[in-house]
Amino acid sequence: MKLTLKVWRQKNNKAAGQFETYNVEANEHMSFLEMMDVLNEQLIDDKKEPVSFEHDCREGICGTCNMVINGQAHGPQKGTTTCQLHMRHFKEGDTITVEPWRATAFPVIKDLVVDRSSFDRIIQAGGYISVNTGQAVDGNAIPIEKDVALKAFDAATCIGCGACVSACPNGSAMLFTSAKVSHLGLLPQGEVEHSRRVINMVAQMDKEGFGMCSNVGACSAECPKEISLENIARMNREYFKAVLTSDVK
Amino acid sequence: MSWITNFLTSSIGRKLLMSLTGLFLILFLIVHLAGNFQLLKSDGGQAFNEYTLFMTTSPLIKVISYGNYIFILLHAVLGITIWLKNRKTKGKTSAVASKSADVTWASKNMALLGILIFAFLMLHMGDFWLKMKMNQTNMIDYGTGPIKDLYENVYNSYSQWWIVIAYLVGLTALSYHLWHGFASAFQTLGLNHRKYTPVIQFVGKAFAILVPLGFAIIPLYFKLFIVD
Ligand code: HEM
Ligand code: SF4
Ligand code: FES
Repeated sequence: MKLTLKVWRQKNNKAAGQFETYNVEANEHMSFLEMMDVLNEQLIDDKKEPVSFEHDCREGICGTCNMVINGQAHGPQKGTTTCQLHMRHFKEGDTITVEPWRATAFPVIKDLVVDRSSFDRIIQAGGYISVNTGQAVDGNAIPIEKDVALKAFDAATCIGCGACVSACPNGSAMLFTSAKVSHLGLLPQGEVEHSRRVINMVAQMDKEGFGMCSNVGACSAECPKEISLENIARMNREYFKAVLTSDVK
Repeated sequence: MSWITNFLTSSIGRKLLMSLTGLFLILFLIVHLAGNFQLLKSDGGQAFNEYTLFMTTSPLIKVISYGNYIFILLHAVLGITIWLKNRKTKGKTSAVASKSADVTWASKNMALLGILIFAFLMLHMGDFWLKMKMNQTNMIDYGTGPIKDLYENVYNSYSQWWIVIAYLVGLTALSYHLWHGFASAFQTLGLNHRKYTPVIQFVGKAFAILVPLGFAIIPLYFKLFIVD
């Protein structure tokens, strides 16, 4: 299949950046990243600079293959990362626009690669459970209600890609942060540090300059793991509870 | 900063204020509409004028109405600052508009809708509240002493097409604002539950249609059936 690609090219964080148009011959069995590999081989053959993009696992679990494809984070296929998006979802002759994540808290490093260390700092602010090291505890030693375990597991599927922020017209990181707060806070192991966690993670999220949530829902609609808006409501109420009733300042 | 200012200036704290003031305004709309329906009685305005006399003289209503002015200003100022901040944090938007389903137009245009509502409120307050305060109202006597004939002001306003149309535009903006805002306020409060959220969403949409429609019937009824 013959495709026209309009790809965002930006030398570095300071440069302005612009779209470049390329023609690529792909086949429908390729993943979107394999199609981008074809483009890069072509560019290298032509002695041109290949397009920088991030990728690692290519199986939908690392959260690095981040691109806005035709205006949608990770492309048109619901619940799918770019690496798992196949070219059969496009047609011969299509023009495809490829951009980096759009949010000031994710500055472009080069072409399609953005700096997502703001997410790392939100995690460092409380997205963990402090345990003494030693023998791992038997997984079934603490009984957890099935429904609660499932909710925690659903939240834990967040791969930290940042599609939610890019999809959000406000550039808000509420879906990501609330997924982490929920996944840890719903389980007894995480409940211990829950108040401190939610207060600190929200404070860090605000400090990083993410926007405020208007409950638009674009985050969840474009999230490759279909993280639910229920998590945002949970974080809000847990935040109110923590601020109003705990000793954490 | 103390924990209180930290809380109320945090992203979630500011949204809490938006939600609570918004819900208060929703309650106010219900009371306001119930009162306005007395304009539809064919009694030459007696019921309405007696009702407005109570509303303008009861000390309890006075306190509530000042609370209402403060809340609407707080809601508007906060809403606009949130919107301005969000535009900055978003920065560049993608070149192609996203086609993802499940995202309503209203949810992305709350500030625009709010500004329209605010402009409408200025017109509305200037037309009734200001005229009443400036004593540009005639008196009428139903046998219990002279009271302000606000019904006449309503009649005069609603005989002009441009005012009727401005009301319809303002109420359409309100309808869209509530289409998203009603259920959104509950989500902001953290009230999302698999059993109740569908009910809240349904009630919100019904409210967003029926309440502005209820308000819209009054100027239309005046213009079409009473004045002409
Ligand atoms: C009677 C009039 C009004 C009612 C009943 C109302 C109600 C609401 C409700 C219930 C919300 C949802 C709050 C939430 O998501 O937590 C909301 C949001 C909002 N309102 Fe209003 N509102 C009114 C007037 C206004 C005015 C005059 C403005 C601005 C000039 C305004 C600006 C906004 C904005 C910007 C938001 C979105 C905030 C966000 O989610 O980021 N509203 N409104
Ligand atoms: S919530 Fe979804 S979109 Fe956001 S970082 Fe996690 S997986 Fe990515
Ligand atoms: S490359 Fe790891 S999720 Fe796509």
